[in-house]
Amino acid sequence: MEKKWWLWGIIIAFALTLLSPLASPWPDGLERVAEDFGFIERAKEPLFKVIPDYLFPGVGNEALATILAGIVGVAITLALSYGLARLLRQRA
Amino acid sequence: MHIPDGFLNAATAAGTYVISAGGVGYGLRRLAGKLGEKQIPTLGVMAAFIFAAQMLNFPVAGGTSGHLVGGALAAILLGPWTGLLVMTCVLLVQAIVFQDGGITALGANVLNMGIISVFVGYYVYRLVSELLKGKRLAEPVGGFVAGWASIVVAAVACAVELALSGTSPLGVALPAMAGVHALIGIGEGLITALVLGFLRATRPDLLALEKI
Repeated sequence: MEKKWWLWGIIIAFALTLLSPLASPWPDGLERVAEDFGFIERAKEPLFKVIPDYLFPGVGNEALATILAGIVGVAITLALSYGLARLLRQRA
Repeated sequence: MHIPDGFLNAATAAGTYVISAGGVGYGLRRLAGKLGEKQIPTLGVMAAFIFAAQMLNFPVAGGTSGHLVGGALAAILLGPWTGLLVMTCVLLVQAIVFQDGGITALGANVLNMGIISVFVGYYVYRLVSELLKGKRLAEPVGGFVAGWASIVVAAVACAVELALSGTSPLGVALPAMAGVHALIGIGEGLITALVLGFLRATRPDLLALEKI
């Protein structure tokens, strides 16, 4: 029961990435303000790029590229947070 | 609300890096040797869920979108310092792997969406829960108000950083950022309350974890 619930939690996180192609493409709150008040062009290109714009590189289909980026992100975030938490675990 | 490279001047970027590094470093020391066997997987699932949910922009008025930040949710469930660890992991992966939020602005983004959203969410939730003590609505209303407040205060902090950087005057940035995020915050509040309700229905024991 306990293990199963965690598994379901992880499945829900991965399943949410399947919805990512349906996300609103409109600018977010900060981008909207930056556009309206004329400082959006101050944004600089990042120093390096790995998976920019949540599009997995080399995948032609945009929806698939977004989902793949999401899956990679969920996996890395899960591994990083779980790994760090393990380092902070209670000592017997 | 992820600030890209270029919006902040060097002093603001450096200053927020120092504050965030100090906050996260202190938080890690607070958590060392404290996380129990239920908290560790909850923390991992929460970080994974928040990363995924942050990809799901929902439309708000005027051709604008918003997405869950999740700081209030993580803090209500796990406590502020554990919530800060969750948010720092999400923001690190977004900045380094996905170029969502600039590397030079990571300190400011951790300050706004980590430290500020987590602590505002945590304490607003506690306050509302106390006011509605014993009422069935305490949990959903507390979650909603905490989620909403966490976003609005984080947006105000973001506006202050933009003003300090000379990017946009405070008189312009503050009402604009607070206004649009008062709308986005409704989504944050609803999702926060919904997830708390889901946990109440499926794993009420997780809502009773020690908050660190």
